[in-house]
Amino acid sequence: MMRLPLFEFRAPRTLEEAARILDAERANAMPLAGGTDLLPNMKRRQQVPRMLMSLRHIEILNRVALHDSGSRLGACVTLSEIAADRRFRNGLTALAQAASLVATPQIRNMATLGGNICLDTRCNYYDQSYEWRKSINFCLKKDGTTCWVAPSSRKCVAVSSTDTGPALMALGARVRLVSRSGEREVLLSDLYNNDGIDFIKRRPDEILAEVSLDNLHGWKSTYWKLRRRGSFDFPVLSVAAAVSLSGNNTVEDARIVVGSAACRPLAAMEAAKSLLGRPLNQQAIEEAAALAARIAKPLDNTDFDMTWRKRVTAEFVTYALRELRGDDVRAERESFTRCAFE
Amino acid sequence: MLPIESQKTSQIRFMLNGEETDVSFAPYKTLLEILREDLGHTGTKHGCELGECGACAVLLDGKPVLSCLVLALECGGKQVLTVEGLGEDGGLHPLQDAFADLGAAQCGYCTPAILVTAKALLDQNPHPTRDQIREAISGNLCRCTGYLQIFEAVEAAMLKIAGQKTSAT
Amino acid sequence: MPNERDPRVTRVGSLKANENDLRVIGVPRRRVDARAKVTGQTRFADDIFLPRMAFCKLLRSPHPHARIRRIDTSRAVAHPGVYLVLTGKDVPIQYGILPVSQDEQALCVDHVRHVGDPVAAVIAREELTAFEALDLIDVDYEILTTISNPEEALATSAPRIHEYGEEGNIHKLVALEFGNVEEGFAEADEIFEDTFFFQGNTHLPIEQHASVAIKDPDGKLTIWSSTQTPHYLHRALAKVLEMPAAHIRVIATPNGGGFGGKSDPFNHEIVVAKAALMLDRPVKICLTREEVFYCHRGRHPILMKFKTGVKKDGAITGMHLQTLIDGGAYGSYGVASTFYAGALQTTTYHVPRYRYQGCRTFTNKPPCGPKRGHGTPQPRFGQEVQLDKIAERLKIDPANLRLHIVESPNAVTANFFRLGTVNLSECIRRVVEVSGWKDKFRKLPEGRGVGLACSAYLTGAGLPIYWNKMPHSGVQLKFDRCGGVSIFCGATEIGQGSDDVLAGIVAQVLGIDPFDIRLFTGDTDLGPVDLGSYSSRVTLMAGNAALQAAERGKAIIAEGVAEKLEVPKERLSFADKRVFDSVAPEKGVSFEEAVCIAEARFGTIGTVGSYTPPKSPALYKGGGVGPSPTYSYSAAVVEVEVNPVTGWVTVPRIWIAHDIGCALNPTLARGQVEGSVYMGLGEALMEEQEFRRLPKKLSHALVHKFPSILEYKSPTSLDMPEVITELIEEPDPQGPFGAKEVGQGPLLPIMPAVANAVYDAVGVRIDEIPITPEKIMKALAEKKAGREPRFGPSHFPRINWPEALRVPPPWEGGDGNAVNDVPRRTRRVSKKEKVLTS
Ligand SMILES: Cc1cc2nc3c(=O)[nH]c(=O)nc-3n(C[C@H](O)[C@H](O)[C@H](O)COP(=O)(O)OP(=O)(O)OC[C@H]3O[C@@H](n4cnc5c(N)ncnc54)[C@H](O)[C@@H]3O)c2cc1C
Ligand code: SF4
Ligand code: FES
Ligand code: FES
Repeated sequence: MMRLPLFEFRAPRTLEEAARILDAERANAMPLAGGTDLLPNMKRRQQVPRMLMSLRHIEILNRVALHDSGSRLGACVTLSEIAADRRFRNGLTALAQAASLVATPQIRNMATLGGNICLDTRCNYYDQSYEWRKSINFCLKKDGTTCWVAPSSRKCVAVSSTDTGPALMALGARVRLVSRSGEREVLLSDLYNNDGIDFIKRRPDEILAEVSLDNLHGWKSTYWKLRRRGSFDFPVLSVAAAVSLSGNNTVEDARIVVGSAACRPLAAMEAAKSLLGRPLNQQAIEEAAALAARIAKPLDNTDFDMTWRKRVTAEFVTYALRELRGDDVRAERESFTRCAFE
Repeated sequence: MLPIESQKTSQIRFMLNGEETDVSFAPYKTLLEILREDLGHTGTKHGCELGECGACAVLLDGKPVLSCLVLALECGGKQVLTVEGLGEDGGLHPLQDAFADLGAAQCGYCTPAILVTAKALLDQNPHPTRDQIREAISGNLCRCTGYLQIFEAVEAAMLKIAGQKTSAT
Repeated sequence: MPNERDPRVTRVGSLKANENDLRVIGVPRRRVDARAKVTGQTRFADDIFLPRMAFCKLLRSPHPHARIRRIDTSRAVAHPGVYLVLTGKDVPIQYGILPVSQDEQALCVDHVRHVGDPVAAVIAREELTAFEALDLIDVDYEILTTISNPEEALATSAPRIHEYGEEGNIHKLVALEFGNVEEGFAEADEIFEDTFFFQGNTHLPIEQHASVAIKDPDGKLTIWSSTQTPHYLHRALAKVLEMPAAHIRVIATPNGGGFGGKSDPFNHEIVVAKAALMLDRPVKICLTREEVFYCHRGRHPILMKFKTGVKKDGAITGMHLQTLIDGGAYGSYGVASTFYAGALQTTTYHVPRYRYQGCRTFTNKPPCGPKRGHGTPQPRFGQEVQLDKIAERLKIDPANLRLHIVESPNAVTANFFRLGTVNLSECIRRVVEVSGWKDKFRKLPEGRGVGLACSAYLTGAGLPIYWNKMPHSGVQLKFDRCGGVSIFCGATEIGQGSDDVLAGIVAQVLGIDPFDIRLFTGDTDLGPVDLGSYSSRVTLMAGNAALQAAERGKAIIAEGVAEKLEVPKERLSFADKRVFDSVAPEKGVSFEEAVCIAEARFGTIGTVGSYTPPKSPALYKGGGVGPSPTYSYSAAVVEVEVNPVTGWVTVPRIWIAHDIGCALNPTLARGQVEGSVYMGLGEALMEEQEFRRLPKKLSHALVHKFPSILEYKSPTSLDMPEVITELIEEPDPQGPFGAKEVGQGPLLPIMPAVANAVYDAVGVRIDEIPITPEKIMKALAEKKAGREPRFGPSHFPRINWPEALRVPPPWEGGDGNAVNDVPRRTRRVSKKEKVLTS
């Protein structure tokens, strides 16, 4: 039986108390939300915090507030709740789709939105037991000196594997970070770094308290996820896209984000820009797909062959944009995800 | 370093299969570990302890979760349902009957977790479609059956429960 | 809720004429152990908790290949909570499943051969303490050259992974020739040469191996273990612990899935036994998922080359198969696997002349061994894909081609295997009909396709693993005055339903309910030997033994009742828990009374039954692998949808027909078919036991790419297609009530049928398993570039094959012996088991 190492445990009831604990403990403590990322990592001794601070007892982190002016989601809202909430449609569909495609039904009942955003980056050489990592003499990200994916690199290239991250970025989400010294709100796209170790700009004393989204009336969004099987598997490539179309189907605004192709979700700015003011016709879609695929630089540290993952990027952008212009691509979606999204 | 045993200091009280239960345990343990090791409830199985197989699923406040990823410390005051609590009045739950009759349990190792997961499905949606059943147990690997007899057993139980309900009213 | 009419399984064929008498056999019913399973009360090995129990963890080698210079355990021994630390010198005696490969040590003494090879054990009060103490053991290693694949093994004569074997790192070479194959090729109208690769994959039972050992109050040893082969474990323990076997009791707990992965005696079993004896307290080990990947014994990766000559009508004139097999670090069943890889080619279609050359190499990876289909799925894949190519070139429908060449019932094949009933043609006709093959093959739109493939499998290995003349299975029955019957048998329940087979057969014969029976199985103290749950042998062998014991009991009871009722005993019927005059059914007694009558008349009633397979006509050396009392047959049609850009594959439906002889419990039979299809589909599309060699300049590391149940891809409920099963039931005289195997055969046609379907869908050949979207996309690119539309190996290395044993086939007057070897008309009584010391 894989077992957790020893740790101290705290379960604050208020955000203030939580902030105080983190302030005192700094990097020694880690927030525990659903635990579906942190606990396996601890069992494999990838992360060994001296203290776990549970967020599950802080009432306000479980709130969902959907208003005409925009929505606010507490960090501890579970992915099942988001996936099941039919209010997340049209502009917000991508979020519900992403949440519904994470891991497995049981994990989604436990997993939180905040935890999904803060999910550790992943790599075939890192998500392994202590003994396994010992047999490769460890790697840069933890206890070692070489990156086995790119031995000449001085940087870790572990992969951002969050599903909701790219979706939320495409929806222009902001996150509220709370610490003892105050709070700040940042665009989610500014929270991530393209570095496998230092992938998130959350300070160790900060709690991600809330995700806020604008009212995306007039927008449509979608999320496409690539993985080997119909459930369990992390994304090895994903595409989130959101567009606002004018009456005659020309693109007024667009955002395309490629997930699991780098240490952070990548905004495909040029691809999105190329669509502005154009109808979503075959040519526009193909151009955008090619531009988006260009920024995807998958490496050999996930499931599937990296060149193939890159090739699928273009395909997924195409499906996503066709879907947003109204094509029926349910069969394609079902063939990749092995289930329908209602 | 102290032997782990001496750390056996934590205690919780929770409802296990409808019974108020007190347990003291080493604080590093997950719900899976206290169920099996400290409470003698070995019906809940494990195949990875990392959230990757689904064999350890139990219902926590009515929802299927993976007991290998739930800290026991977090279970105080909660309702936990395991396969041991599934039967009704000394008899089998309709799901258990259907699984037994229709070949849905071969080695039986994945079975307890699938049973409680299916119960949560039927509690929440008394008439699931085949696709909804498929989706609900997609977090439970079964290496023996190929799932088809499991789907059929859930459907058979669904009909039986619906029948019981109508005859009761 | 019996599924009398199960819409998803059609049963074709006629059971016995006296079908009315079959109240249990052939009737879909709840298996006898179902209640335990659905209530979570089945006690798997890790569910055993005993007072004072200690926990064991193994320290495993972090190096793929090294010598152990020194081990210092002092820090671990001093760690609070640690009871005992063991190293190789505590259990140095070598063991292994095959007498010819006694090459394992419970803890490596001076040589580690793969990452994960155990070198020390810590036994402590808590498992976490034992785990932490592992890090306190200091091992000084001298690194040796890493040998990562068979080609490297062929090229590296030193260092040797083992000091035995053919030479260098070649473990086993096999060369057999049945008839003059070159003449066969000369007669052919067309000759086909194809190379294929079948990647290794593993069993992945959801239950991780676990064992608990205790020193009994009287000083003997008892071990509960998730093993498929308690008898072989029993022998290994006696050998390594140097204890009389009579002082060892092995109890095989029900396995949470086996699939062949729990058929070897394992190091962890020996270690906990040793520790329990030394500590005089219960000791448990439960492996982590990663450690299960290190136990492995799964499917061997095999590179194959098929050369086949055919006439214009498809008749095969000769076949030559070469295999290069990646054995991993130990022998395991590997010698048998090497023979198996060449054995069953002749059992499906008529192959008049056949040459097989096989080479198994050692590499620094967890050992390969028997997985569902043991050694035969890989060449079956090659053979069935090649047949598809042959059919296309000859412009014959692949189903018709196969129908034309199916081997006949009761034939003796070129390699001297005697077949039993052969309903392969019926299997083919059924799947062709129900799948709508004729309207689909080469007629579906681009991107969709169907493929067909067939297979055969043993119903039990005809020879035991160690040479002896005793039965392969024994059953004892105890008849109770209260009408209960107890079955005692070594057979092991691994999920396949072996307990239910025994209960069903005995209940049928005695006319009682299977639930009136108590089972004591898988326990070496309680029941007579059954060799184990492997090679699909239990239904036929333990089943026949149970049948014999039950018939004997029935005869005794009938004798007593006949006397009492004054009815000729031939007229007595046993049914509905009664024994009665079949002419005047009201005249009779309850089964309970019948037992009492007989017991009063003859004394305590107990009977035994046993089964020994018929002698095989294959007398040549190596002919011991492949013979079986009878063979099962399967044919499958797989439908696929292939995305023509990305190569993404979806399988919506599979039709399969299986020649089962008789479905003893159709609910379970169908479950075995669907479970086999499931596992076959996993192998076809995603499962891979893959390894990673780090850059040689920087590291000697060779690691399992991802030893986790997340990254080893087993299909989920969302990936499972619809399966339409047809059971073909023509009773085989060898099987109990005519039953043949069903647990392994239906897996075999799935992989080639998927490959053939992919070709039908997008016109590319994927000559390699698994068939992944990346490979399809590469082949599609080849096709687009006007090159050969194919992905797969193109080259088979040169191997110095030994001179083949030449065995003239039956139709050339052969007698089963090799002409260039000493005749072995009767098998030599084997030399004493030779222990190989390195
Ligand atoms: C088998 C398996 C499959 C999976 N598949 C997927 C998948 O397909 N897609 C996917 O995206 N993920 C997947 N996951 C990962 C994980 O389940 C999800 O990402 C989940 O959403 C994480 O949320 P959590 O609440 O469980 O996080 P936790 O494990 O509790 O936390 C994750 C990290 O975030 C930090 N954290 C959590 N909440 C906060 C907060 N409010 N403020 C600051 N820091 C915080 C924690 O300290 C920790 O470092 C999978 C996991 C498993 C075991
Ligand atoms: S990308 Fe390199 S450094 Fe980062 S986790 Fe993987 S191997 Fe380690
Ligand atoms: S034990 Fe595998 S998911 Fe919990
Ligand atoms: S019945 Fe064996 S794993 Fe599901």
